[in-house]
Amino acid sequence: MPWAPPESESENKLDGETASDSESKSEFGGSPPVPTSDDTPEVLNRALSNLSSRWKNWWVRGILTLAMITFFFIIIYLGPMVLMTIVMCVQIKCFHEIITIGYNVYHSYDLPWFRTLSWYFLLCVNYFFYGETVTDYFFTLVQREEPLRILSKYHRFISFALYLTGFCMFVLSLVKKHYRLQFYMFGWTHVTLLIVVTQSHLIIHNLFEGMIWFIVPISCVICNDIMAYMFGFFFGRTPLIKLSPKKTWEGFIGGFFATVLFGLLLSYVMSGYRCFTCPVEFNNDTNSFTVDCEPSELFQLQEYNIPLVLQSVVGWKTVRMYPFQIHSIALSTFASLIGPFGGFFASGFKRAFKIKDFANTIPGHGGIMDRFDCQYLMATFVNVYIASFIRGPNPSKLIQQFLTLRPDQQLHIFNTLKAHLVDKANLSL
Amino acid sequence: FPLHVSPVAREDGWESESENKLDGETASDSESKSEFGGSPPVPTSDDTPEVLNRALSNLSSRWKNWWVRGILTLAMITFFFIIIYLGPMVLMTIVMCVQIKCFHEIITIGYNVYHSYDLPWFRTLSWYFLLCVNYFFYGETVTDYFFTLVQREEPLRILSKYHRFISFALYLTGFCMFVLSLVKKHYRLQFYMFGWTHVTLLIVVTQSHLIIHNLFEGMIWFIVPISCVICNDIMAYMFGFFFGRTPLIKLSPKKTWEGFIGGFFATVLFGLLLSYVMSGYRCFTCPVEFNNDTNSFTVDCEPSELFQLQEYNIPLVLQSVVGWKTVRMYPFQIHSIALSTFASLIGPFGGFFASGFKRAFKIKDFANTIPGHGGIMDRFDCQYLMATFVNVYIASFIRGPNPSKLIQQFLTLRPDQQLHIFNTLKAHLVDKGVLGGSEDA
Repeated sequence: MPWAPPESESENKLDGETASDSESKSEFGGSPPVPTSDDTPEVLNRALSNLSSRWKNWWVRGILTLAMITFFFIIIYLGPMVLMTIVMCVQIKCFHEIITIGYNVYHSYDLPWFRTLSWYFLLCVNYFFYGETVTDYFFTLVQREEPLRILSKYHRFISFALYLTGFCMFVLSLVKKHYRLQFYMFGWTHVTLLIVVTQSHLIIHNLFEGMIWFIVPISCVICNDIMAYMFGFFFGRTPLIKLSPKKTWEGFIGGFFATVLFGLLLSYVMSGYRCFTCPVEFNNDTNSFTVDCEPSELFQLQEYNIPLVLQSVVGWKTVRMYPFQIHSIALSTFASLIGPFGGFFASGFKRAFKIKDFANTIPGHGGIMDRFDCQYLMATFVNVYIASFIRGPNPSKLIQQFLTLRPDQQLHIFNTLKAHLVDKANLSL
Repeated sequence: FPLHVSPVAREDGWESESENKLDGETASDSESKSEFGGSPPVPTSDDTPEVLNRALSNLSSRWKNWWVRGILTLAMITFFFIIIYLGPMVLMTIVMCVQIKCFHEIITIGYNVYHSYDLPWFRTLSWYFLLCVNYFFYGETVTDYFFTLVQREEPLRILSKYHRFISFALYLTGFCMFVLSLVKKHYRLQFYMFGWTHVTLLIVVTQSHLIIHNLFEGMIWFIVPISCVICNDIMAYMFGFFFGRTPLIKLSPKKTWEGFIGGFFATVLFGLLLSYVMSGYRCFTCPVEFNNDTNSFTVDCEPSELFQLQEYNIPLVLQSVVGWKTVRMYPFQIHSIALSTFASLIGPFGGFFASGFKRAFKIKDFANTIPGHGGIMDRFDCQYLMATFVNVYIASFIRGPNPSKLIQQFLTLRPDQQLHIFNTLKAHLVDKGVLGGSEDA
């Protein structure tokens, strides 16, 4: 069987968002698994003491997977605000992990200013992205409070000014013998910001489109991890890629079909609930998030004709499906085929820098990044997918922008729109 | 008094120039290179053209260098004027060429630093990523201006509408190729080059697209910032040459505080004068628009209030000095003060950054494109921050959203959303009294 002894885990998981199975780590983590110190809690140890080490690891891993999935459900239940906070925390932790690796790689922990500058840049970029996307959703709240309004309206200028300050501090902090090192860390920080911060903001952006756009992609990646491991375990024979010697083609393909099926089922279940399918809106009166709306056509059951080929197999002529399920096929296909490349990338990265895990945050598992390496590409894909095929521009944002134009420009646009609508025979006054 | 700044003719310091300048967009003075280049000057081979050599053969090497540099500066500035005259299309093409050359230079440095010239696939991948990111940015910004042209041609329309998806798919292909190309002994090197490529893309491609974005706002937003940076280079050098005494920063030992401050005031004054001259011409102040009928760029419009003379009261403090009570100025000149201040105070940090970069990687110049000068990047290091600043400045204080982009976005909404927005807008306009009370279909 092409799998190595799993690493032990403990229950101390800091994040539950991806209940990426720890068993799958041996399949997808890529780094040669080395047993770490066994710090599973005592209670589990005693309960499982009679089993052999191999089966004990299985059980511990299974329990922890269930624990992570449960945690995932809990935070979904708690609502969008908690989700956003968790995403931010994960982002900060991932940033911290990657920066720490850079320090260790370059032995540059004592460079003047550098830790301060890295966190400072993280703050600037986060502020910029918040100003770009999130404040549109909190529009009325932001308009009410004067400091928030200025911070939002001039966010580009302010964040650029802050960034420049950091840039100048960097230039002034260049020390004669450490130029190359400082430039390396500067570049490392920026690439990390590019990867970590943009992706986390895209995740939040997807969240506002509807919780289903957040839950289904993440679940598909998790499912792919688990299913590919299972298929590899039972049927695995042909190695997939030299980078991760434990991955197999059987696991890859089996995981693909299982994930597509899982995506279809999950979408079917979730599309029926408004709390998942409706865009998240901030209600100014109650100062909280409301998720209620008229379901869009994506989430209304429709009849689809089954192709004749499948009719004989399935036995039905038509099937009632949500259009969203068609999209979920695209999402799960991406999760199965391209998502693993994110894992390979992380494996290559760890081999390149001769580290076993990104960090020791989760004993036995490594860091948060180890759990998230497949998720990043997924978040960008979902966002690009939505922007290209699903969502038009945000209407309230359009109105906002309209209001900032000059009156003659407003009149010009109004007349153009009127002409267009009249053309389309939609307008009747 | 001993001068701490290097006078023009330091025997140990002078790089010769030649007339082969590939770009004229920044006629950043070559003389200023010794002031601002930062790297310890080492004489390169003297490859000034023969004709100049003979003409100046009787002068000492020191003055010959002065003359050669002066002539080349004028040549570059002339080239700058010529391409401005040729219009926006030529300018855009030149910006793209400069971007490609800068990218090439920085990537080549990375290869040399890491001795990774033979890595499998890597050169192909770097250029491929450059293509993807350029396509993405073109789709984001430029196609808005070419809206009607794009809508007419079917392949262009699809390329524009789905540009995010297509460019992301292309990028992913490149990403997967990178992962598949990882070779056992070269992991770290390949990751370094991957990161190096991405940081270079971040710096070079975003800035060049911001420059083009500024260009569409009006040629004046393109010309005045670049001219201010060039002027600051020259003026700071001049002030440093004549009055320089106190070193400014260890990174560039030849810069002085006198040059810095003198250059600041001179650049602000220059910015005011240049803005005054340019604000009178519509071809500079009007947004560049693409005329669909003639399939070319037109620059004609009603000048906005920024470019209309207004009376300003001079503060009493200055009245006694200047002798006038009021002055007629363009509002744009107030903005030009902000632009030239940035060019003088923050622009040099871009130069320091490039100096530090060159010292860090022990290279004298970014490339040998311009013999005696180094590469295109050497001429552009101060410009990059300027381009971003101008774009942010315009977006925050000058320009509202682009009306044609708004219309585009409106057209992609669903009909019921369109109707809802239309009614909201109508109510707002009626409120403000811009529209009459009732509108008939």
